[in-house]
Amino acid sequence: MTTARENSETLSALDRPNSYIGKTVPRPNLDRLMQGRGLYVSDIELPRMAHVVFLRSPHAHAKINGIDASTAKQMPGVIAVVSGSELSTVITPWVGVLSHLKGLKSAPQSAIAVDRVCWQGEAVAAVVASSRAQAEDAAELVSVEYEELDAVTDMRTALDPATAVIHASLGDNLAFERNHDAGAVDQAFAESDEVVEAEFVFGRHTGVTLEPRAVVADWNAAEARLTIYQGTQAPHMVQNIAALHLGLKESQVRVVCKDVGGSFGIKVHIYADEMATYALSKLLRRPIKFVADRVESFNTDIHARDHRCKGKIGVTRDGTITAFEIDDLTGIGPYSMYPRTSAIEANQVVNLVGGPYLTRNYRARARVVFQNKNVMCQYRAVGHPIACSVTEGLVDLAAMKIGMDPIEIRRRNLIADDAYPCASPSGLRFEQLSHHASLAKLIKMMGYDALRAEQTALRAKGIHRGIGIASFIEVTNPSAAFYGVGGAKISSQDGVAVRLDAQGSVICQTSITEQGQGSESLTAQIVGSVLGVSMDRVRVILGDTDITPYGGGTWASRGAGIGGEAALQATKVLRKNILDVAAAVLQSTPGDLDIVNNGVVNAADGTPRIDLSELARIVYFRPDTLPPGIQAEFMATRHFVPREYPFAFTNGVQASWLEVDTDTGFVKLLKHWVVEDCGTIINPQLVDEQIRGGVVQGLGAALFEKCVYDERGQLTNANMADYLVPMSGEMPDIDVGHVVSPTLESELGAKGAGEAGTAGAAAAVTNAVNDALRPFGAIITEIPLTPQVILTALGRI
Amino acid sequence: MKASAFAYARATSVADALELLTAHGERAKVLSGGQSLLPAMNLRLIAPELIIDIGALTELRGVVVKEGVLTIGALTCHADLLKSPEIAAHAPLLTDAVAHVAHPAIRNRGTIGGSLAHADPASELPACMLTLGATIIARGPGGERRIAASGFFAGIYETALAPQELLVAVELPVPPKNSTHFFHEFARRQGDYAIVGLAAQAFVRDGRFTDLRLGFFAVGDRPLLARSAGKLVDVAITPAVLAEAASALNDELDPLEDHQATPAMRRHLAKILLARCVSSLLARPELRAGASA
Repeated sequence: MTTARENSETLSALDRPNSYIGKTVPRPNLDRLMQGRGLYVSDIELPRMAHVVFLRSPHAHAKINGIDASTAKQMPGVIAVVSGSELSTVITPWVGVLSHLKGLKSAPQSAIAVDRVCWQGEAVAAVVASSRAQAEDAAELVSVEYEELDAVTDMRTALDPATAVIHASLGDNLAFERNHDAGAVDQAFAESDEVVEAEFVFGRHTGVTLEPRAVVADWNAAEARLTIYQGTQAPHMVQNIAALHLGLKESQVRVVCKDVGGSFGIKVHIYADEMATYALSKLLRRPIKFVADRVESFNTDIHARDHRCKGKIGVTRDGTITAFEIDDLTGIGPYSMYPRTSAIEANQVVNLVGGPYLTRNYRARARVVFQNKNVMCQYRAVGHPIACSVTEGLVDLAAMKIGMDPIEIRRRNLIADDAYPCASPSGLRFEQLSHHASLAKLIKMMGYDALRAEQTALRAKGIHRGIGIASFIEVTNPSAAFYGVGGAKISSQDGVAVRLDAQGSVICQTSITEQGQGSESLTAQIVGSVLGVSMDRVRVILGDTDITPYGGGTWASRGAGIGGEAALQATKVLRKNILDVAAAVLQSTPGDLDIVNNGVVNAADGTPRIDLSELARIVYFRPDTLPPGIQAEFMATRHFVPREYPFAFTNGVQASWLEVDTDTGFVKLLKHWVVEDCGTIINPQLVDEQIRGGVVQGLGAALFEKCVYDERGQLTNANMADYLVPMSGEMPDIDVGHVVSPTLESELGAKGAGEAGTAGAAAAVTNAVNDALRPFGAIITEIPLTPQVILTALGRI
Repeated sequence: MKASAFAYARATSVADALELLTAHGERAKVLSGGQSLLPAMNLRLIAPELIIDIGALTELRGVVVKEGVLTIGALTCHADLLKSPEIAAHAPLLTDAVAHVAHPAIRNRGTIGGSLAHADPASELPACMLTLGATIIARGPGGERRIAASGFFAGIYETALAPQELLVAVELPVPPKNSTHFFHEFARRQGDYAIVGLAAQAFVRDGRFTDLRLGFFAVGDRPLLARSAGKLVDVAITPAVLAEAASALNDELDPLEDHQATPAMRRHLAKILLARCVSSLLARPELRAGASA
């Protein structure tokens, strides 16, 4: 639903004559990147810089009985070979827990394994040499004596008494358990006409960023200061944690984050090898570069999903959903990641299941267990794809059971658009969602009835197409409720400083970061719009803890909603300051003046009064000519954090149209639609591309991506030939539509859009496959939906 | 991912390359397009002491048709195969197949000789060589050797080539006029290695096959020229005949397990391909689901 803003002052800030809000404008950083002038960490070369290669465990679980590096140390170019215990003199271990996730436990994790390795790929030694190739040559000659231990690999048996306990000090392999019980679930099931159950299985997958994780750490002993160049989503978080574990003050650590080649949540965590690189720089007193290669990216970049979730839904014959119940199990590797923890995904699943629907009856259990596999943590749309696939899968199964159209059952159960504010059965508070408006728009965009007719006609010819629908909600703009309340030193607030320079150009420093989603562009758009200057005058600076205001960064769909609002507020202050001075110079009053197209004009008729460059000249070079008592403040800083709602929920609905070759099990995606509501849209193209990119990652999970481990905990497809990322050839056209319900918590009204696509794509595809297979009586609740899975379900093999 | 240190020599002539191969034998690897060799080296799966780069040997590049024989130089890259009018005219099966070889960037570098010498059982071109009855021309210290494609592929990444030999060309007999072909592979994504593929060449007269050559790939440790094709020649094709051929095919296959498919799935897909191939070549849509029903 499109909500008109009531506050007229707000309207003026956003809808000014040369506003860029709501317009597709090219990104300011595009030419730089397209001309190869980006600066990625791999591009950074410093004097005396050495390269580190990590020798990684070939075993999933083993004792380290000895490391012999004597031959390796003699190799050309080798500077040092450092073991975990040697490195522990400069860096302390950490434990990835948060106090608000009650009962969450984990074991101390070291930068390099000491005495024991807990997953295949964990670093056991660092080889530092003048070049990466020399370090790799030497690493081959480091001999490690391992004693293999039982590996815990199957999450289903991780809690069995017969299964080895990975960390004896923890007592068992249970990292976290959450139980939730709302309403009267048993009674609701008892009163239902039908109760349907299914087990949903989600493959473990990973982010596969184009640019791997990379860091250059430069300990300057003379300054007693560490500069960390790193592709990260959260520079201030890295600063805090590096300082904490290296025994430094935050002021002794500077984190610089220039261009980043994709992140998707992969680069928002603290990785052991990155910590080891900081520590090595301090130990060896020189710059050290670590760039993960593709194999180690697969083995050490966080994995995600890997859930098995039993679900149950009750429904009456009139289509009323009476209750949801889930029992979710996930295996997270041997350690809870630091500092955001690996319990968040399961926690989100509990939070989000049933979220779009009216029923108040909801019971959930989530268990998070340790395993000897790579660590798992937050990746784009944390928990959402699981929750959405389970919820929407159950809704479709219920509809199928009572013979109701999937659209109709949703119409009858989605929370009404005029019912807000309200809360979900798990206690989440919704400010304003638009499920019904979104669904109506989707049906129109996709031509639902015509597609159904086409499906029926083709079925008669042995062509099996399916339609899948998935409504979803998305957590965006997180407040301190996400991490801060649990004790993590991760800012939920962001800050923007904006200033007018002497020739009328605008410099804007923001604490949000850019990994390709357009943070720089949206910030410049907001600043240009609010101030009344053209975007080409606005220069945005991000990613440097010495320069930008303190803040959270870009993750959890928060950059536009939180960082954007800070930019808006800071620029409003700057605008007021400029108009105050202009009024004094022009012997007018601020209220009679405005700034349009880089100049001060009469608010009433737009008559030009004075260019900003001329005003700036006076302020900076001839302040003596200003009236007495006037001190210009052409720089303003503002911060913003949501306070009223812990999260700004968004919503939307997706649809998939696909064809299943029932002889071969291959799925051809024909078309995908998304309608979503992220509130105010700053740059429609950026939002649409965020949605499309997110959908593609969701489609990857639906059809292709899976980290395949064998029973001994070996990752068997750690390369781009065997781990299948979605490619353009298999992707359908993705139509994106919007409904706009701005959040009233900010003047900007923007909510996040970064994860909506990923949240619902796999659910839509799975529902569509099941719709296509309906004549065969086959139901599949496992992704990725490989030909092997489909043929097996069809009984063809 | 950096390769281990290796020596590098850029061969200036075939004779030069052969001298180097004679001197270094198994310690050396020939670099053609490098599309399989270099990833394997960077992953340190192999660590040759010497790389013999034959990229400058232009005499090994190109396509010639003469007296009913199509000769393709070993260094002819996939992209050139794809746009060669001679191949399109005389071996259109190969044109269709090359379109399935990886992606344009790889097709620009990868060569037919490299693909055949590498002998990945899931590659398209080795199977095409079987189907088209190719002869592989190798040169070694003792001169030139002509090896029938049917005897060339010896296992996963294994061929009849000796370490001192260089694959210099392939010769294809130009198929008779009115010959038809079929190529299809099942791959998870466009450009991926096939789960199962089929390169077929046939001669059809009065609705019957008078000749049918079925080159399957990714169905075992090497490409397979299916003997069961014989069950479909000179007979009226009925679903029962097709089913019998499919059953015979099943007995010939020895598929491997990998991330994409179990042996059972490969057998199933091979039978599907057989039915689709026969249906397509005979233009009889009703046979499309034949063997799998």
